[in-house]
Amino acid sequence: MLVERIEFGIINPEMVKRLAVAKLSKTEIYDQEGYPIEGGLMDPRLGVVDPGVRCRTCGGSVGECQGHFGYLELTKPVVHVHYAKILFGLLKLICRKCSRILIDPKEIEKIQSKRLGLKELMKLTRKKCPYCNSEQGKLKFIKPYSFSEGAELLSPVKLRERLEKIPNEDLEVIGFKKMRPEWLVLTLLPIPPVTVRPSITLETGERSEDDLTHKLVDIVRINERLKENIDLGAPDFIIEDLWELLQYHIGTYFDNEISGVPPARHRSGRILKTLSQRLKTKEGRFRGNLAGKRVNFSARTVISPDPMINIDEVGVPEVIAMELTVPVRVSENNLETMKKFVVNGPDIWPGANYVIRPDGRRKKITPQNKEEIVKEITPGYVIERHLKDGDIALFNRQPSLHRMSVMAHRVRVMPGKTFRLNLSVCPPYNADFDGDEMNLHIPQTEEAQVEAQILMSVQKHIRSPRFSGPIIGAFRDQISGLYLLTEGEKKFSREEFTQLIRAVDTEIEIPEKEYMTGKEIFSIFLPKNFSIELKAKSGEKVVIKNGKLIEGPIDKAAVGAEDGKILDKIEREYGAEAFKKFLFSITRLAIEVLMKSGFSISISDQDLPPQATQEIKNMIEGVRKEVDQSIEQFERGEIKILAGRTPKESLEHAIKITLNQSLNKIEEVLNKHLKNNYTLMMAKSGARGSLVNMVQTAAMIGQETIMGERMQRGYIDRTFPHFKKGDISLEAKGFVGRGFKSGLTPFEFFFDAINSRESLMDKSLKTRHSGYMERRLVGALQDLKVEYDDTVRDSANRIVQFVPGEDGLDPSKIERGGLDVDRIADRLFG
Amino acid sequence: MSTESQTGSSDEIGLPKKLVDEIDAVVKSRKLNKEQRIKLEEEVKKYFIKSRFEPGETVGILAAESISEPATQMTMRTYHFAGSAGVRVTYGLPRLIEIFDAKKEPETPVMTIYLKHQFNNREAATEIAEGIIEKNVLGVSKSFSINLNDNSIEIELTDMKKAGKIARNIKENLKDLEIKEKTHSISIKPKTELTVRELQKLKEKIMNLHVDGIEEIRNAVVRREGDDWLINTIGSNLQEVLNLKEIDENRTVTNNIHEISQVLGIEGARNMIMNEALKTMQEQGLDVDVRHVMLVGDIMTLTGAVKSIGRYGVAGSQTSILARAAFEETIKHLVRASVRNEVDNFQGIFENVMIGQVIPSGTGMFDLVAQFRKEEDKK
Repeated sequence: MLVERIEFGIINPEMVKRLAVAKLSKTEIYDQEGYPIEGGLMDPRLGVVDPGVRCRTCGGSVGECQGHFGYLELTKPVVHVHYAKILFGLLKLICRKCSRILIDPKEIEKIQSKRLGLKELMKLTRKKCPYCNSEQGKLKFIKPYSFSEGAELLSPVKLRERLEKIPNEDLEVIGFKKMRPEWLVLTLLPIPPVTVRPSITLETGERSEDDLTHKLVDIVRINERLKENIDLGAPDFIIEDLWELLQYHIGTYFDNEISGVPPARHRSGRILKTLSQRLKTKEGRFRGNLAGKRVNFSARTVISPDPMINIDEVGVPEVIAMELTVPVRVSENNLETMKKFVVNGPDIWPGANYVIRPDGRRKKITPQNKEEIVKEITPGYVIERHLKDGDIALFNRQPSLHRMSVMAHRVRVMPGKTFRLNLSVCPPYNADFDGDEMNLHIPQTEEAQVEAQILMSVQKHIRSPRFSGPIIGAFRDQISGLYLLTEGEKKFSREEFTQLIRAVDTEIEIPEKEYMTGKEIFSIFLPKNFSIELKAKSGEKVVIKNGKLIEGPIDKAAVGAEDGKILDKIEREYGAEAFKKFLFSITRLAIEVLMKSGFSISISDQDLPPQATQEIKNMIEGVRKEVDQSIEQFERGEIKILAGRTPKESLEHAIKITLNQSLNKIEEVLNKHLKNNYTLMMAKSGARGSLVNMVQTAAMIGQETIMGERMQRGYIDRTFPHFKKGDISLEAKGFVGRGFKSGLTPFEFFFDAINSRESLMDKSLKTRHSGYMERRLVGALQDLKVEYDDTVRDSANRIVQFVPGEDGLDPSKIERGGLDVDRIADRLFG
Repeated sequence: MSTESQTGSSDEIGLPKKLVDEIDAVVKSRKLNKEQRIKLEEEVKKYFIKSRFEPGETVGILAAESISEPATQMTMRTYHFAGSAGVRVTYGLPRLIEIFDAKKEPETPVMTIYLKHQFNNREAATEIAEGIIEKNVLGVSKSFSINLNDNSIEIELTDMKKAGKIARNIKENLKDLEIKEKTHSISIKPKTELTVRELQKLKEKIMNLHVDGIEEIRNAVVRREGDDWLINTIGSNLQEVLNLKEIDENRTVTNNIHEISQVLGIEGARNMIMNEALKTMQEQGLDVDVRHVMLVGDIMTLTGAVKSIGRYGVAGSQTSILARAAFEETIKHLVRASVRNEVDNFQGIFENVMIGQVIPSGTGMFDLVAQFRKEEDKK
């Protein structure tokens, strides 16, 4: 069954009655025995919420019966709050006396074809009625649901009278088709089925009613009281008051957040959640239950790394594999295998949890009944068997910022209790292992499984559509390992290189050599005729010719995620499968290298020889002097004023430049004096950390800033009370001339803490802003798609682009920028 | 699913102009003969067909994700000094949001003015920059005083050459004034007797009257970029600046979307949204394909007027009621739809997700109609 369209409209009293199965009027809900009263708000005809009971209307049990509407006859009509504003617009548009539209019939003819809004029609209205020539009194809308004409308050009864008199032809001009405006003033109130507002039985046996039921009880009670009072002939003011109260209750029943109206509360003082509140907001029906749904066949647990499994695999703990199932139809060919699963039952992996008989009935397999079930299994049965190796699963980590946040992996059932993934797929998920959790979903139909495999598998998402480069690549230690292997001319004995190569590949031929260099070992895994030239992260030249690494180290620029040039080219020229194989080989190799050689870092990596410490000390002293000079110049008014800036800003700029230069110089000193150690190696290869981190630990932290400026807040004209007022020297403005290793003074520490706090707040603010921006962008762009005629259209079939992206190229299928004609020519003609 | 079958044979598809141009360039630089050219063209075509979007691709979501995923890494800091020029501009995430919001006026309106060949030197540029800075009467006067004796306002000017222009300006903008030019000042006398307070008000008005330069241009700085001398301004007035003879109207730009849209047209606005958004992201070292930004620019200018992304713009005017209701202002959209008797046709993604139906894009875009052979036919 397919929903093709939904028409929105206003329900009319006739229809309310026709929809309803019961007319409700009793103020009590339950009788003394605790059974729902007929005619009360929990009328058994309205559906069932308790298990074991059958619906009085349709005979269905819980789950089968969706519930049925009832209705309440309102003693006096009441305005629907949400439509009050529209009612006001309508009332202004019609004659106060004869209810004809206040527009000249001649004018109407002119505008008939156009669909004008209420506001535009208002502009055309006359002061006097063109039909009965009566004067029009001034109408006022008293928020939220009252109206007055001059001094006289218009009761809903009067409103209805006026609206009822509007002839249909006038309504058509206004734009009311198939609907009557008097329906906006309620005379009958539909009572939603109990399934919409189920009551909960607490352990104590006490019944706790839903917020909506509470609200409806109020409405029914006041309605009855109003009726009694009218029957008794009570004075007008009492009736008015009760009527107003009824209006209030019905108003808050629809929306409990009307401005100017105190919200209806529960006895405990909690504000009730009524109809509008159920739909609104992120947790409401629309965004919370319709746009996003909870699903079965999913699992979530902590993730941990496993370099031994391939990039398109996911390690699934056995406990989870025994809980998640895949339905398999039994045929003659797989009958025996299926029987084995059933024999294993729910507690032994690989077993099965349920069988579905050909008639559609589900049966749970238990250790007790499994023997029995095995016997009855014939082709046509469906077995929900445990997850096993090779099954397709969707793997996801939130926040799902791009499509690579959900990818299809192949299952590997493993011991332990965490999901395992290869480190190379960390970048697309933006995952690390400091306690991150991820979700796993198992597609249940063959169609879904195939689709997941063809469209969502990791191999299909190597190239990010954002920048047309590989987003999957070597990561952290994998880069360290390759760098360690390929940097310089390291020699490996026959025993060593055999072990390295065999760890990766058991089939590859071992070269007949006494020794191999690291570069040669790496080259084994390169495609045979592969050539590339690129610049390493350090600026060194890297040359690969015909599948041989000739010069330069392999680092982040070569094989890293996002900027790996070698990976980029391999994916492009040899395809995704070759990419997968290559990446897995070299990363396995990298890990093996690290395991053989060892790789550890120490705080002593940041030790500097005495002369370097002295050099840095002198440098910081120099900076201090330079800045002092600038300040002196500034004080004498001799500073060079930069275009468009005040002298003070120019000074700040000059200081900033001096400081930046000094940091660069310190970096050079560090580069010169630091022995080649593992920390430096990580920074150089791009595996982790940067030289800035080392400078900050070994030499100095530098200037602490807030909003890009030097520190300036705190006390009046100074950052700390022990500085002179107006002191703009380095120390007084948050310059930290010491490194983390030598330690900070309390004041420097404080400056650093200020800086840290700023970036912390910045981060949380940023995620919120960019999150909302994403929501808006998706809201604006979600329906755009490429049609068969190669145009981009929205859901109303409007053409947004005649050729997507002006050239029709999919960024996830091309290299950065577009198709490189030159390189194609290169390949063709050399 | 082979790409070939979806997109037809290679003969039917022409290469986009950009690629044809590139082929031409390569043919020229490599001195290829006709045969080689055809071979190259065929190869490029093969790659082109392989790399095209497949029908059903949700390019919109792709663009939205590609832009906002890296946006998480942008700075929140609001201002920075553009280049070496001392012009403070909004940048980073706030600027990106500003562009997509299509604000009537950017937080920091700036212009980059390029000069025509003959004015492309420091002297001319400095002179032009000086000339376009907005000056009001206060800016060109030494002192401003109210003469209570004869109920008039005295303005002492720094440069009497401007006196005539000021007088004319005042006459045009304010009524019932008598203006006398003296040797070093001008005096303004209202025709009717005014109270002191009214005189003060009048003085205030005259002080802020525009005299010289271009309105809105609060500051202008000359800067060198490559071979060009260009002027960065704070404040923007594209219309007036384009009227200057000295400037290169092909390259001169402002960062105000609406101004571009008014002065240069909607296509200009579309390009500008693209360029600015891309620039903002590239400044932060973020790599985003043009195609994504292009789509945002296109959807924002689809109707011919610049529309913002978000509740009052593109997202708020989706065709589907349910999608709109789910986005923001749920109740408003539902109420409005009911009075107008609107219909939701379930052509979009959100609506179909809501009711658990297959979405009409990607593999859900088509239906398969299989015609099974009858039993007897099989035999």
